[in-house]
Amino acid sequence: MYPPAFEYWSPRSLDEALSKLQELGNDGRVLAGGQSLIPMMKLRLAAPANLVDINNLTDLAYVRADNGHLAIGALARHADVVDNADVKAISPTMASAAPWVADPLVRNRGTVAGSIAHCDPEGDWNSVMLAVGASVVASSSSGQRVIPIGEFVVDFFTNSLDEGEMVTEVRIPRPAGAAGGAYLKLERKIGDYATAAVATFLDLAGDGTITNAGIALTAVASKNLKVTEAEQLLIGQTPSDELFGEAAAIAARACDPESDVRGPAEYKRAVINAYTKRGLDQAFAQAKGGS
Amino acid sequence: MKVTVTINGTAQSADVEPRQLLVDFIRTELGMTGTHIGCDTTSCGACTVLLDGTPIKSCTMFAASADGHEIQTVEGLKNGELHPLQVSFKQNHGLQCGFCTPGMMLVGKALLEKNTSPTDDEVRWAISGNLCRCTGYTNIVKSIQAAGAAIEGN
Repeated sequence: MYPPAFEYWSPRSLDEALSKLQELGNDGRVLAGGQSLIPMMKLRLAAPANLVDINNLTDLAYVRADNGHLAIGALARHADVVDNADVKAISPTMASAAPWVADPLVRNRGTVAGSIAHCDPEGDWNSVMLAVGASVVASSSSGQRVIPIGEFVVDFFTNSLDEGEMVTEVRIPRPAGAAGGAYLKLERKIGDYATAAVATFLDLAGDGTITNAGIALTAVASKNLKVTEAEQLLIGQTPSDELFGEAAAIAARACDPESDVRGPAEYKRAVINAYTKRGLDQAFAQAKGGS
Repeated sequence: MKVTVTINGTAQSADVEPRQLLVDFIRTELGMTGTHIGCDTTSCGACTVLLDGTPIKSCTMFAASADGHEIQTVEGLKNGELHPLQVSFKQNHGLQCGFCTPGMMLVGKALLEKNTSPTDDEVRWAISGNLCRCTGYTNIVKSIQAAGAAIEGN
């Protein structure tokens, strides 16, 4: 299978890439790992006239602990965040999700930032990012802006980047207190999209009160779904079985799954309920263990 | 556009369209047909090659992106003698139809370079992006472990 013909650009620096994207406007598309974009082009679901390949921008292939946050550069591959000490130290939710993204070969090529920019509601990373309150650095030839992930993920395969902009970094805030998190994903086989998945995050004060909470769902709505109502319920409370059960019930009500080959809608809703509860339990156990 | 790739240690160039996939560059431009095309949709791993030593799916990369990089294909395993992986796949009946075998051996090679005595789980995890429809995987796991033992023994 072949994609429609396109013009190929291979900039050697970020400045060169950004000026090319500026020049191409809506006709230009960034090629990072290509593990979603290339299959979509082969299936003729996408037909960009120009690809700006950023694989030579190796300065962007970083995962590092910066002031107050974990920084993931645009060219960091999924494999770079699996078993990564900085990721484990700063974001337990992300560390939990990393081994379950796609399959090992896809993880070697696909990028975290590319997957986030792709905004596939069946993608794993945007649930993680919504749960932990990440932000995205968008760069263009005229400057840089930082977009909270909730504003970045607009809808089905739609992000809030402007013409000529690309994602250059993803930032995951460092938790204030003792934190825990999990990403629980039900998949038929490795490499399949999630039937349903839940990202959870809890940040606890010294007295055990929940100071920050994150819950976001994969593959059960037209975009990765942040369950704000459940998060608000948790914040300020002391963890308990009953509280987590209530939050899970809210998540199950909030989602809007469709029946398909991966299962009927009601089954997926039940999975969201069970996995949200279980994910919060795991996040709490981890936060307690770390405090 | 002109693309130059070092394949199994030898620099090879060809003039290609930007949309040419790496797997077709290898099979059609270079005439090396050991790298297979299975699903053509990033699922099966039959097209696995090593890009600068790391296994990737060559049906999901443009040849243009490989310009200046090193690729190893199954043809590069044999170095005078069969590679220990090739010997062990033969001895342990690690293949039946053989379609997935190049990918399995290359993933095995990348794994064994980090760890010559992987557990069953470690091997199964490493090959989880590669499908086999014949063996039930058991003998593939055995083959990769036996190759690791042979490499360690040398």
